Amino acid sequence: MKQQDFIKAALAPEAPIPAGLITPSGTPAKRRFDVYRNNIIVGLKEAIAASYPAVKSLVGDAFFDAMTGDYVRAHPPKTPILPLYGADFAAFIDSFAPASRLPYLGDVARLEYALRQSYHAADTRPVPAAEFSDPLLFTRQVVLAPTVIWLASAYPVTKLRRFALDGDRPSGGAEDVLITRPGFDPVATAFPPGTCAVLDALRDGMALANAAELAPSDLDLSQFLGTLLKGGAIIDILERDHDV
Amino acid sequence: MLDQTNQLPMGVGVGYKSKHFSNISEGDHPVKWFEIHAENYMGEKGAAGGRPMAQLRALSDRFPISVHGVGLSIGGEGRLDPDHLVRLSHLIDEINPASFSEHLAWSTHDTGYFNDLLPLPYTAKTLARVCDHIDEVQSTLGRQMLLENPSSYLAFAESTYGEVEFLRAVVKRTGCGLLLDVNNVFVSANNLRIDAYDYIDAFPHEAVGEIHLGGHDEDQDEDGAPLLIDSHGREVADPVWHLYTYALATGGPKPTLIEWDTDVPEWEVLASEVARAALRLEQVLV
Repeated sequence: MKQQDFIKAALAPEAPIPAGLITPSGTPAKRRFDVYRNNIIVGLKEAIAASYPAVKSLVGDAFFDAMTGDYVRAHPPKTPILPLYGADFAAFIDSFAPASRLPYLGDVARLEYALRQSYHAADTRPVPAAEFSDPLLFTRQVVLAPTVIWLASAYPVTKLRRFALDGDRPSGGAEDVLITRPGFDPVATAFPPGTCAVLDALRDGMALANAAELAPSDLDLSQFLGTLLKGGAIIDILERDHDV
Repeated sequence: MLDQTNQLPMGVGVGYKSKHFSNISEGDHPVKWFEIHAENYMGEKGAAGGRPMAQLRALSDRFPISVHGVGLSIGGEGRLDPDHLVRLSHLIDEINPASFSEHLAWSTHDTGYFNDLLPLPYTAKTLARVCDHIDEVQSTLGRQMLLENPSSYLAFAESTYGEVEFLRAVVKRTGCGLLLDVNNVFVSANNLRIDAYDYIDAFPHEAVGEIHLGGHDEDQDEDGAPLLIDSHGREVADPVWHLYTYALATGGPKPTLIEWDTDVPEWEVLASEVARAALRLEQVLV
């Protein structure tokens, strides 16, 4: 028996079982093979459910179960690190026709995955707040913590997530979301659309002063910087002044 | 060559669940060591961090840790995933556990990971492959590993070795130790209609560094024959306690783990399972 054949049959519930798998009496072990079929699919679906509680709440248990069943068969994990399984679940949802009536659902999934990535991301030491009193800092390149993640959404995605988990009614429009991890628990903060351009620029090595010029006019820069500092988002300031 | 072998204390441990972290930190309890699943403490690129790693470090400051892998795919047809071996190596270096164990099973094929311990036939070919993989793990980690017997639901027409015979050959060729999962023996014996006590009699107990105990579910196959499922979701069944007592009497005392991975109960329920195992272990220690 080839393991390829075992897996192909295990992921296809109606497929015949591979030859040579037998019961103690020597007959084909159909019902016994189903134990593996069930273990694989149930285990992977549970892993997705653990990462995406807001998506599950928005679509209901039965819809979520059917959708994740399709997902795990088509996109099994690429590594054995199950806590980080489901990186492409949001993209799957975007193209999952039965979910097209909830056009924001993929973005809620993106936000949930980003929170999970931040939760598990490596520990780093933030630059002490006192160092930020030096105005020179703003002309230097900074390094962001691996816990810092951002995403842009055409929907009020942080409010949709909160609605799904707590029941507060969502309102508002597009958001750029910044995720930081002030201790062990990641925080998602909504900023005006266009804020991600500032974060992209910081990531690509632009100094704070120059990156700030890319900010949308309605971004409260001091609140934005405060969120970065409180979240321990800046872990290094490079020594040399950065030419832009 | 292998500078570190099993250093688990002669007592009863449990599989660590984060919901029990404060129970473990607060009270007195009979648990002597903890086992963690390696893959819960890995990052895809570089180290994992945050609360899970902080809790694991705190736990490892106070208790011996057994790192139990579920994703190496020792029984896989392909080569071991070098990235995964590096991740495992980093975790082992950081935690310096008392023991490392994995399964006689496969879970990865090509680039997919299937999150289950899938079975392999026992032949000269699979024996050579399993031994190559264990050699690679032991030389990479610089320590001996324990290999766990699987729970079986079906048999392979092509098998030419019995399971115990296969495990004995692996031990002889690689110098690895064994993890005797007594619940798996009970489940497999029922499902394959062999005698669990004969299996224990034939087992190379001198190689056993750890025993696992866990709960199983009962189902039926299409002929109405009882089909036991290794679920780790309830108390250890009475006949498994009997088989455990027999294994201790046959092979002598071994560090023993209570596994409970689904529908994880309150700490008190786990602690009482630990106490039941400790009572049996103490009887063979005197």
